[in-house]
Amino acid sequence: MKYWTGAIALLIVAIVAGVAFVLWDEAALSIRTFGWDFWRTSVWDPVAGEFGARPFIWGTLYSSILALLIATPVAIGIAVFLSDWCPHALRTPLVFLTELLAAIPSIVYGLWGIFVLVPAVRELQLALPDWIRAMPLFSGPPVGVSMLSAAVVLAIMIVPFTSSVAREVLKSVPASQREAAYAVGATRWEATVVALHNARTGILGAVMLGFGRALGETMAVTMVIGNNPQAKWSLFAPQYTMSAVIANEFTEAADQLHLDSLVEIGLVLFVITLVVNLASRALVWRLNRARTA
Amino acid sequence: MKNRFSNRTLAAAAAILALSTGLIAQGRIQITGAGATFPNPIYSKWFSEYNKLHPNVEINYQSVGSGAGIRQITNGTVFFGATDGPMTNDQKLAAPGAILHFPTVLGAVVPVFNVSGVTQLKFTGPLLADIFLGKITRWNDAAIAKVNPGVSLPSTEITVAHRSDGSGTTYIWVDYLSKVSPEWKQKVGISTAVNWPVGLGGKGNEGVAGLVKQTPGAIGYVELIYALQNKIAYGPVQNAAGEFVNASLESVTAAAAEASAKMPADFRVSITNAPGKGVYPISSFTWLLLYESPKNKALARTFNEFMTWMLTDGQKFAKDLGYAPLPAAVVKMEMDALKKIKTQ
Repeated sequence: MKYWTGAIALLIVAIVAGVAFVLWDEAALSIRTFGWDFWRTSVWDPVAGEFGARPFIWGTLYSSILALLIATPVAIGIAVFLSDWCPHALRTPLVFLTELLAAIPSIVYGLWGIFVLVPAVRELQLALPDWIRAMPLFSGPPVGVSMLSAAVVLAIMIVPFTSSVAREVLKSVPASQREAAYAVGATRWEATVVALHNARTGILGAVMLGFGRALGETMAVTMVIGNNPQAKWSLFAPQYTMSAVIANEFTEAADQLHLDSLVEIGLVLFVITLVVNLASRALVWRLNRARTA
Repeated sequence: MKNRFSNRTLAAAAAILALSTGLIAQGRIQITGAGATFPNPIYSKWFSEYNKLHPNVEINYQSVGSGAGIRQITNGTVFFGATDGPMTNDQKLAAPGAILHFPTVLGAVVPVFNVSGVTQLKFTGPLLADIFLGKITRWNDAAIAKVNPGVSLPSTEITVAHRSDGSGTTYIWVDYLSKVSPEWKQKVGISTAVNWPVGLGGKGNEGVAGLVKQTPGAIGYVELIYALQNKIAYGPVQNAAGEFVNASLESVTAAAAEASAKMPADFRVSITNAPGKGVYPISSFTWLLLYESPKNKALARTFNEFMTWMLTDGQKFAKDLGYAPLPAAVVKMEMDALKKIKTQ
């Protein structure tokens, strides 16, 4: 039994290494041609054979971080409510409903985005006073398909992941912790804060899980982000992500360099996901050490 | 013990499987192809109709995109390929053998727009190129007003919508823009995916149509069939003879008839901006790709029979599905070209 599980664990490592190798190998032409410039340059021109991934890297990171900023407070709020405050009769239906959000296919989120969210974002932009629309963060023509639409759709998609893990973590905080807080005269709210503090590494893990999901999401994002490769701060500017450009261009890419460049985007996405996961591991580890010290 | 048992069952299962597939496969011919999504509805129709006439011939088509179709026939994973843009010389050289192009039907691409209060708009080639280059940014621009006298144009900003996915539709559109605008040709060029100077990307015809419908002041391009089936307003475009022509099956076939006079022997021809009267300028053939000397001669004989049927009886299915049938002159040339395929 020990050997079996060991072998399966090794298999996982081998699969990850294998994926990295295949991506590296299939992207060989692009890696040779552009080197590190692939990460730095912004032109994506299949006709001229010039490929730079910077706007896509920017779009993926920016949309995911924005989604995280929107989703995290909501998800933690849901988790706290369900674990500490919710009346018993409501809990099961609410848990079911939040988890149902995770079961909706992403193309359905995309359709909802196109028909509901995108027009709403356009109305919002038109309603803003001119002095706000002059700021770089809110500039651009009112088209609706934008970084903001993508971030909101992503946020809704990752809320159930983050909240259900965070809820489990809060549930696993020993009852003695809360009881001790009550014993020294804490209010119910203060006891919740104690529990949150106790569960912070687990909650951080839950947040990073949502971040990983946001980085790789393809279909819903490509339907609402506008697919324009430009790295801009504006929330209302149409932009592009790495997974979206692969999904869009892979089938029709007949030119070898174009194909290899798309695979290299996959490699870049793989590396970034790996770095984000390792960084979150390191953060959890440091938090744990700080607590025991 | 356990091992031997599973081996024996496996062998028995394999024997049964071999026997049954052998029986089913008797006399049945299966041919696979892959490529363009644009002609997929008519190809599916042809393959199912042909199967009714010849129940032993089963042709499977995967509509995976022109680029993937070219890749798959080059690698020899399918018997035939299909593409909306002819293969380049480099792509032909990359294949292990000579590949022939056979036009099957024609399609057209139309400009669609969403300008409040305006139902009819005419376009010229240079006008479309300047809009898609981002040089004309408002609907009441003098260049648009000049082509559309009497239409009251709002000052709305123009939002350009294009395909985000690589597409044969894009190929036809930018091929046309390159012919009518030297600046487009030099700055952007022709491909199934290009570096767009301005605009939003939508996935598929439905993505572009959605963007245009929802964004006031938007202009985009979709396939004629798509605009017809979904009742989207599209404008006539000025042809090389100076007439403003609406896209229709007749005006598209007219473009092909004009082109057939100067048809090159390998059929790799662009018919955008074709000369002549009554011609819709943003039209194109779509092609099947076949090896001149296929490895499997038996499959080649069967497929040649299908090609002959497709070029004659099969053409009558095109109109119902919104494709323009091939002009008679082109059919005749293709019948001759079919004889070049080495089936012995």
